[in-house]
Amino acid sequence: MRDRLHRRERPGWRRWLLLEAALMAVVGVECPVRAARAQAAGSLEEVLRGLAAPDADEVTRTLERLAIRGDAAAVPAIEALCDDRLMVGADGAIFLHASRERQLRNPISGQVLIPQPTGAHEVEVNNEIRRVAMPVLAEIELHSPSESVRLTAAQALADRVGDEGAAKIRAALERETSPKVREALTLVLARFDLNSSDPARQLAGLEVANKLGTPALKAELIRLASSASSPDPRVRKEAEGALAAVENRQRLVDMVAALFHGVSLGSILLLAALGLAVTFGLLGVINMAHGEMLMLGAYATYTVQMVFERWFPGAVRFYLLAAIPLAFAVTTLAGVVLERTVIRFLYGRPLETLLATWGISLGLIQTVRLIFGAQNVAVANPVWLRGGVEVAHGLVLPYNRIAVIGFAAVVTLGVWALLQRTRLGLQVRAVTQNRSMAACLGISTDRIDMWMFGLGSGIAGLGGVALSQLGNVGPELGQSYIIDSFMVVVVGGVGRLAGSIAASLGLGLVNEILEPFTGAVLGKIAVLVLIILFIQRRPQGLFSLRGRIEA
Amino acid sequence: MVGNFRSRLLQMHSPRGWLLVLGVATLLLGVLPLFNGVVPRSSSLHIPDYLIPLFGKFLCFGLSALAVDLIWGFAGILSLGHGLFFALGGYAMGMYLMRSIAGEGVYRSTLPDFMVFLDWKELPWYWRGFDHFPYAMAAALLGPGLLAFVFGYFAFRSKIKGVYFSIVTQALTYAAMLLFFQNAAGFGGNNGLTDFKRILGCPLQSPSTRLALYVASGLALLLGYLACRYLVTSKLGRVLTAVRDAELKVRFCGYESTHYKLFVWTFSAVLCALAGALYVPQVGIINPSEMQPSNSIEMAIWVAVGGRGSLSGAVLGAWLINGGKSWLTAAFPSAWLYVLGASFIVVTLFLPRGLAGAWAKLAERWRR
Repeated sequence: MRDRLHRRERPGWRRWLLLEAALMAVVGVECPVRAARAQAAGSLEEVLRGLAAPDADEVTRTLERLAIRGDAAAVPAIEALCDDRLMVGADGAIFLHASRERQLRNPISGQVLIPQPTGAHEVEVNNEIRRVAMPVLAEIELHSPSESVRLTAAQALADRVGDEGAAKIRAALERETSPKVREALTLVLARFDLNSSDPARQLAGLEVANKLGTPALKAELIRLASSASSPDPRVRKEAEGALAAVENRQRLVDMVAALFHGVSLGSILLLAALGLAVTFGLLGVINMAHGEMLMLGAYATYTVQMVFERWFPGAVRFYLLAAIPLAFAVTTLAGVVLERTVIRFLYGRPLETLLATWGISLGLIQTVRLIFGAQNVAVANPVWLRGGVEVAHGLVLPYNRIAVIGFAAVVTLGVWALLQRTRLGLQVRAVTQNRSMAACLGISTDRIDMWMFGLGSGIAGLGGVALSQLGNVGPELGQSYIIDSFMVVVVGGVGRLAGSIAASLGLGLVNEILEPFTGAVLGKIAVLVLIILFIQRRPQGLFSLRGRIEA
Repeated sequence: MVGNFRSRLLQMHSPRGWLLVLGVATLLLGVLPLFNGVVPRSSSLHIPDYLIPLFGKFLCFGLSALAVDLIWGFAGILSLGHGLFFALGGYAMGMYLMRSIAGEGVYRSTLPDFMVFLDWKELPWYWRGFDHFPYAMAAALLGPGLLAFVFGYFAFRSKIKGVYFSIVTQALTYAAMLLFFQNAAGFGGNNGLTDFKRILGCPLQSPSTRLALYVASGLALLLGYLACRYLVTSKLGRVLTAVRDAELKVRFCGYESTHYKLFVWTFSAVLCALAGALYVPQVGIINPSEMQPSNSIEMAIWVAVGGRGSLSGAVLGAWLINGGKSWLTAAFPSAWLYVLGASFIVVTLFLPRGLAGAWAKLAERWRR
């Protein structure tokens, strides 16, 4: 359990490398006291060798020694020890490897060793050693000059603090200057107080808890509010008050989070449905392969990521910027080819088009499956989209979702500008309203059809790029969005941007808001019933163009 | 009176057509069972037991293709939700089969195993009565029928048609699939209902029960075909065709097209449910994946391949596609989806009336 907690806070090699890079950068300005201490106890590398000692007591002693040194360069090795990633060579030298790869690295610099030493085996650790190692790790990190490292360490400590740790934390709190870290440390201390059996301390802890208002202490508050575990009525009353405050706050946070999720889900739906609405309005055909354009866009993103990782590792963080135009180009091309080879022969036969495009989607899915495999592929967020901005306690708005919302807004604006402000857009609107009249006026409807179908697919491709930043990318990706995007078209009406925007955001929000009350499935069913009822009132959608010939 | 009857029969089929129907029926319902049940096992003419449920399955698919063709080919309504009715019929049958082995599950409880697993203490209300075969059969047909009626009432009343109707039916099926995937829904969640042992006291594994189920499916298909044929050659059928071709004009002539559509839609759903109910004991499992949108769309392609508006063509299309599927998924697993996808495209582009249409064209040219 401890081990798992630890891993969750520090998910991977990349984050670890970053963290370490930050540490390395400050080695040059290390304080003289610490340098002296380090010198006194021999080189770090030698001390670290003690971690691989066969005797558990020796390992514990080494850990204590490392704690006294307080040298952040020991952190990777201790972490590796806890995660079973520490290796020891035949001569006693230690190495580590990043999770899921077997290349041995230097325990301090993290560099891959060339040539790779042979005969290394894994260092055995038991939970007892882990228990000792965790606070050592946190303590070293509390001394780190980097604010983010201290914050992580404080938060890690929040989940496990013993009596002996409290004093250290108080000391750390006193010299701490960053408000964020201070808060995290205060939280740890409050929990420590709440868990004590002394009513005075409990009350002090409750006061702090009330001020912080964080859900992290909820379990303690619940315990104190129950009569069985706290005999003191004052404590009980205070705890109840604090609990109510925390719960109210949490409800608010949950709601805002749900709204935010709903908007971001709606943005994806919007990108998926925009193209569908435009082509349906213009051509009167339903493109069942539209969802596969999302999928193609997402796979294009994946491919770009792979190419960057392989050939331009230095520029990986910018892969997304390259993926956007590429995904757009690929899906637009796919759309144009589709229109030229199949769809244009089926105009005026919407039901047949539906089936033919379904056939196309099957072919696309199978092709992607053969090329990329049936499993989901991993598309990682670039560094600048990881993490999020914490608006309030427990309310973190992830950057990737914010980016998706912004992206959808930009694309929608672009489509609007294209339709309303360009010559092509004017022609598109003319053809949508009255095809034969537009043709009489010299508009090449054939060409318009082709480009708009391509554009619709291209927008879906952009949706695929956005989608790849939020969730899994697999061959069946498109299938799960196609029904929702059809719903958007049905509700929003065709050929009107405002309708699509309102419908997709509305659907996204309703989905997310209903979910906590009814569960995801009943929410979906409720949405469907709402839509059917809605169509009863307005068969042409929310913002329909009024036509005379409509039967 | 007799003359009336005769002329009505001739309306349904030409004498040659009747002969053909009779021939196929004899082959499927007489000769095939004979070669399985009576011809000794050692003979090379013997039809092996394992093929019987497979053929039975095809008969059920044929019946559901009929149902789809009836509304698509004759009323112009493309349903992408017939998989739902098929599965609901199957679930009703599955519930009966589950109840008939009460007390013999892994946990020796009177409740189905998955309920024991969920720690349920008693049967949910909608499971009551499924111990009785007639009740279960009535539920298998009337349940989906009622759902189709209510849904159709609202949909047709508000003049949802064309692709809109297709999409809404697809969404309905999708929502139902999500619902049935839930454990709490009480239909076995992901795993669905399975581990059946016997139907009406006869063990499901025995060759004779399987043969009986096969014959029942064949009879259902035959009767379903005749009923559909009767329907489409009746006055109602002609109104339907008129609705398909020019609904507005039909309405102006004083026909309430909604009623006609609603009737044939509900009837079609019941047919499909019957197919599902016969399908489940032969394959031994029913789970929510039967409600996948793709299954319903596949039903439409059976009809499109066979020939929209030709009942026999639809049945043929179902057999052809499913035969191809059985063979290809075994021989070239990765090619099957391409073949299926290509058949969607080729049929819509080059064979708008399906194989039946192509055959008619060929026959005409030959006669000339």
